[in-house]
Amino acid sequence: MLSSLHLNSPLNYATLNCSSTLLPLRGSRRRTRRDVANESLGSTARPARRYPSLSASLAPAREEEERKEKALLPPSLRPESLPRHVAVIMDGNSRWAKARGLPSSAGHEAGYRTLKKMVELSGQWGIRALTVFAFSSENWTRPKMEVDFLMTLFENVLKESLGEFLREGIRVCIIGDSSELPPSLQKLVKEVVDKTKNNTQIDVIVAISYSGRKEITQACQNIARKVKDGLLEPEDITESHITEELETNCIPEFPNPDLLIRTSGELRLSNFLLWQSAYTELFFTNTYWPDFGEADYIEALTSFQNRQRRFGQRIN
Amino acid sequence: MLALIDLEMEKHGRKPEPNIFGSVWRFLRRCLFLVLALGPMPNHIAFIMDGNRRYAKRRNVKEGTGHGVGFTTLTSVCQYCFEMGVKYVTVYAFSIDNFKRKPEEVQSLMDLMKEKIDELLEEESIVQKYGFRINFWGSLDLLSEPVRLAAEKAMAHTASNTGPVLSVCVAYTSTNEIMRAIKKSCARKRLGTRGYANCDGESVCEDIDGCVTVADLEENLDTADCPDPDIVIRTSGETRLSNFLLWQTSLSHLQNPNPLWPEFSLRNLIWAILEYQKIYPYLEARRRLAKKEN
Repeated sequence: MLSSLHLNSPLNYATLNCSSTLLPLRGSRRRTRRDVANESLGSTARPARRYPSLSASLAPAREEEERKEKALLPPSLRPESLPRHVAVIMDGNSRWAKARGLPSSAGHEAGYRTLKKMVELSGQWGIRALTVFAFSSENWTRPKMEVDFLMTLFENVLKESLGEFLREGIRVCIIGDSSELPPSLQKLVKEVVDKTKNNTQIDVIVAISYSGRKEITQACQNIARKVKDGLLEPEDITESHITEELETNCIPEFPNPDLLIRTSGELRLSNFLLWQSAYTELFFTNTYWPDFGEADYIEALTSFQNRQRRFGQRIN
Repeated sequence: MLALIDLEMEKHGRKPEPNIFGSVWRFLRRCLFLVLALGPMPNHIAFIMDGNRRYAKRRNVKEGTGHGVGFTTLTSVCQYCFEMGVKYVTVYAFSIDNFKRKPEEVQSLMDLMKEKIDELLEEESIVQKYGFRINFWGSLDLLSEPVRLAAEKAMAHTASNTGPVLSVCVAYTSTNEIMRAIKKSCARKRLGTRGYANCDGESVCEDIDGCVTVADLEENLDTADCPDPDIVIRTSGETRLSNFLLWQTSLSHLQNPNPLWPEFSLRNLIWAILEYQKIYPYLEARRRLAKKEN
């Protein structure tokens, strides 16, 4: 039954070229409906970045690297149609473990291995950003033992993988309410984010203790502070101001995911990247997260390639 | 099908003939809905009415015809929902992004909207029959004057109805709605420095940072007096929200049946509800957890 929800459209993928005005329009010129429509798209409707960008200024080493990456791309995937930013709701670890008669901790550990593989594949195939939903603000209500295990797992992963992040050029950003995390984890998070901030191969955003609604509310608070300080008038607030205040602005070029994958058959967003998913293509799969492998990822990316993204307009 | 014929006849001012088949069909429908209601029923269903143009193209008819048939589908779906006891129905009629379409198409959609809003308020329309309240959500100031006035008239005319609620999102995007809510919250909080009572109704809030909460934003959204959708159905098989109720659909069950909107029938609607009923226990548990956390 749920298979009917997977999109297997024969439609061809089309790249949209839209101009968008990011700055608020001031002065005596009246804002037209087209202006409001342009603002609402913000940075989501940029033309798909051609990958790789082979300008003459590229160093030979980078060219060589890109040739290698192209060679690693599976034949069914076209580099120019890949999503730039993929988001994943890594759902199903506990159910995977329960189905095998294992404790939920085994599911989370298996889930970590899957994540590692996915980051590796994303880097190889040229996906520029990966956002993963590791721990939601609602997850704090889970049994204390499970929560403590997860916090320990996050700490161990960050400690052990720091060297790999530096070697592989992975830039790590952590979004969510870090004040709720154990102090040792908070300190480690700051250290990892700081040490990897100059890496350029791939951006990995990990959402820990995250809630989409709270993120938007926090952005509102930041904007309210600007209003209070006289830096901004309430009537001049635009969607771009809000986008800039969201935590995903750590990747200013493409803060909004092009593709969102949710595993384990659940069909909802569960308070993840609510603002950012306005035009995101959603892909749902029944596979539990620990079982999500290369073949499933290729299926998701192929499905994305076959979709026709219109952003509210007509494509003739 | 017979229900559609009834509606079409009502639309043209003719009472449907007392029709044995119509009565039998209505009776069977009621029995079917009674059986369906043995399981948990959604309180609020939202529809992204996608596929009108493709419908017209497939049948080699004028583009506007697809939208016209789409409206008929809307009235029949509303009728079925209200008969089933679904209290709130929300539809995504026209997005702010749609203003970027060709001016002729935008104009014809505006004309169609005005015509249909006026029809809804007619004596023997479905609104009068079910006594439902109509909301129009969105930046209504972006609409052309006749449409905006018709929408405001419809809202005023049905404001005191106590039946089901039909909310039509027109000149709407969710990011625009959230932005307007943030503007209102910020404007109010700025007033707070001059004596506005703070969020717990006590002394003036000197530090506005602690005062902007999730609840503050929610009460300034267009959807403030409406519960979150239980199900979001996007027809024509597309799997994205297209900037529709992003804040409100966090825990909604997302469905994307393949039929185009004008082809969406009672059978598809019943299937959607059965899918929802299957997943209901898990959804309810998640909602309780989310409430506890908030």
